[in-house]
Amino acid sequence: MTEGSVKFAAPLKIPGWVNYALIPFINLLAALLISGIVILIIGDSPIVALKVLIYGAFGYPEAVGYTLYYTTNFIFTGLAVAIAFHCGLFNIGAEGQAALGGIGVSLVCLYFDNLPLWLVIPFAMTAAAIFGAAWAYIPAYLQAKRGSHIVITTIMFNFIAASILTYLLVEVLIDPNGQSPESRHFIESTWLPYFHDFIAMPSTPLNISFVYALVLSAGFYFLVWHTRWGYEIRVVGQNETAARYAGISPSKNIILAMVISGALAGFVGINELQGVQHRLILDFTGGYGFVGIAVALMGRNHPIGIFLAALLFGALYQGGSELAFEMKSINKEMVIVIQGLIILFSGALEHMFRPKIEAAYRRFATTQTAEAG
Amino acid sequence: METFHIIILLLDATFRVATPLVLAALAGMFSERAGVVDIGLEGKMLGAAFAAAAVAAVSGSAWVGLGAGILASIALSLLHAYACVTHKGNQVVSGMAINIVVAGLTPTLGYAWFSMGGQTPHLGGDARFKSITLPFAEAVHDIPVIGYIYAELISNHNIIVYLAAAAVPICAWILYKTRFGLRVRAVGENPHAVDTAGISVDWMRYKALMVTGFLCGIAGSYLSTAHGAGFIRDMTAGKGYLALAALIFGKWRPVPTLFACLLFAFTDAVQARLQGVELPIVGVIPVQFIQALPYILTVLLLAGFVGKANPPKSIGEPYIKER
Repeated sequence: MTEGSVKFAAPLKIPGWVNYALIPFINLLAALLISGIVILIIGDSPIVALKVLIYGAFGYPEAVGYTLYYTTNFIFTGLAVAIAFHCGLFNIGAEGQAALGGIGVSLVCLYFDNLPLWLVIPFAMTAAAIFGAAWAYIPAYLQAKRGSHIVITTIMFNFIAASILTYLLVEVLIDPNGQSPESRHFIESTWLPYFHDFIAMPSTPLNISFVYALVLSAGFYFLVWHTRWGYEIRVVGQNETAARYAGISPSKNIILAMVISGALAGFVGINELQGVQHRLILDFTGGYGFVGIAVALMGRNHPIGIFLAALLFGALYQGGSELAFEMKSINKEMVIVIQGLIILFSGALEHMFRPKIEAAYRRFATTQTAEAG
Repeated sequence: METFHIIILLLDATFRVATPLVLAALAGMFSERAGVVDIGLEGKMLGAAFAAAAVAAVSGSAWVGLGAGILASIALSLLHAYACVTHKGNQVVSGMAINIVVAGLTPTLGYAWFSMGGQTPHLGGDARFKSITLPFAEAVHDIPVIGYIYAELISNHNIIVYLAAAAVPICAWILYKTRFGLRVRAVGENPHAVDTAGISVDWMRYKALMVTGFLCGIAGSYLSTAHGAGFIRDMTAGKGYLALAALIFGKWRPVPTLFACLLFAFTDAVQARLQGVELPIVGVIPVQFIQALPYILTVLLLAGFVGKANPPKSIGEPYIKER
C-alpha cells in the first residue's frame, strides 16, 4: 500500500512540540489565570504582581543566584519523583527521603570534619544518597513484596521521618550552647564552595551543588534511556505483565527505581545544609519534595523538562518572596497557591485541555495538508 | 481514685481529639469505598476550618459558620470529583493539589480580609460551639464511678462531639443497609457491574464525594469553631492524613475505623501527659515516638504484619467504559 492510497489512516500523530511544549504551557497559563483572579479578589493588580514576580526572580544578579539555588532543590526532587514515575510508582515521600538525606549529610559534616573538603564532599554525598535510599527502600520493599500501596506508605514515612528529625534535634544533635532545636554549625572547612567564591557575582546561596544537579540530570538521561537498568524500569512502568513475560522482575525494578529516587531526594540535604544552612535544622525540606511532583509532571519526566520546570518553581519561590515584600496585600503564601494551581492544572486536570488541543491541531494539520495537496 | 481520675481526664481528651478524626475518616470512607482515593481530606478540613471561622466571625453565629464550612468542603470535593471522575485525572495528584492550594489560599485570604497575620478574629459567644451540660449531670456527679463518668466524661462536650459519635452508626447504616450505600460499595469494587445495571458510575462517585465533603466540612468546622476559637494557619496539622491512616487501619469499615481514631487520639492524649515521665522498664519514651506511632502502626498493617488490609478493589482507577 502506498502513501497516497491510504484513505482511512491511523489518527494523525501529535508532534512532540504540542505534547511537550504547548499543552504544559496552556496548563501553566490556566494556573496563572486563576492565580490572577485570586490576586484580584484580595485587591491587588495581577499584572503588577506578575511584573514584580519576574523582576524579583530574574531582574538582577542576586535574584538570579537565589532563583538557581531554589532550582537546585527542585531538580533533585523532580528527578527523584520522575524516576519513580518511569517505573509506574508514585513517590510522594521525597520530603521524608530528603529529611533523612539531610541527616546523613549532617552526620558526616559534624563527625568527620577533620577530613579535607575534597573528601568530605564525596562522603557527604554518599551519606545523603544512602540515607535517602534506605528511607525509600522500606516502602519499595513493602510495595514489591507485600503489596502495600506505596502512596500511603510513603505518606506515612514522611511523618515518621519528621518525627525522627525532631527527635534527633531535640534529644541528640542539639547544640549544647543553644536553645532552639538545631545542631551546632558545621566547621567552615566542610562547607560547599559558593558560586561567588569563583566568579564575580553578588553573594548568594548558590553553590556548587547546582552543577552537581546538572550532572545528575545528564546521568539521569543516560540511565533511563541508554542503559539496561533504565530500560527495565521503563518496561515495568509501562506494563508489569509484559515485563514478567520478558523475564524482567517487577519487584527488583520497583526497589531499584525507588532506591535511586530516594538517593536523588536525599541530595536536597547537600544543597540546603552543607551548602547554605551549615547546620541541621527542622523543616529544612520546606515542601521541596511535594513540589518535586509538580516538577516531574510538568517536565514530563525528562531531564530537560525537569530543569525548565525546576527553574519555573525556583523563580516562583524567589520572585514570591519579592512579591510579599513589595505588595501590600500579598504575602508569601500566595506562592503556595500558585504552586498548588500548577499541580492541579498540569497534573490532575491534564486531560481537560488535551483532547481539545489535539483535536484543534488535527483540524489545523488536515486543512494544511489539504491546501498543500 | 487518683489513677481513675487521670484515666477519665485522658479519655475526655481522647474524645476531643478523636472527633475531627472520626468525621474525616468517615468522610474518607465514602470516597474510598466508591473507588476514589482521597488524600485531600487535609485540605478540605483546612478549607472548612477557615470558611467556618471566617463566616462565624462575620455573622456571629457558629451554625452559619458550620454551614459555610460544609459548603467550602463540598466545593473542594466537587473539584476533586471534576478532576478525577470527569477528566479521569490522577486521584493522588488531585488530592495533593487541593491540599497545597488550600494551605496557601487560607492564610492569603485571611491576611487580606482580616489582616491578622493569616488568622481569623477570636471567636466568642454565639460564634463558637459551647459545651453542653447533659441533663442531670450536676445531680449525678457525686454518685461514685457511674455518675462521675457521666458528668465528667460523657457530659460537657460541644454538639459536634456528640454528632461525631452519632455519625458512626448512621454512616454504617447508610453504607450497609441502604441502596445508596450498596451502590457506593459496588462502584468501588466493580464499577463495570454497576454500569451494566444501568447506574451511572460517574454520578455515584460524585454523590459519594459530596458526602465526603459534607462530613469533612463538619470536621474542619469543629477545629476552628468548637475545639479552637478561630482559624490559625495550618491548624489541621496533619489530621487529615491521620484520619486517612485511621481509615486504612480500620480496613475501610466504620466501626474498626472508629476504634482506630480513638486509639490514635488516645496516643495523642497520652503523649501530652507522658512528656518526660519515667516509666517502669522502658524509661522515658520520646514524645516523637508516640507521635509517629499511628503512622508506624498503619505501615505495619499495610505490610500485612498486623492483620490484613483489603482495600476496595477498583480504588484509584478512573472508570473508563470501553475497557
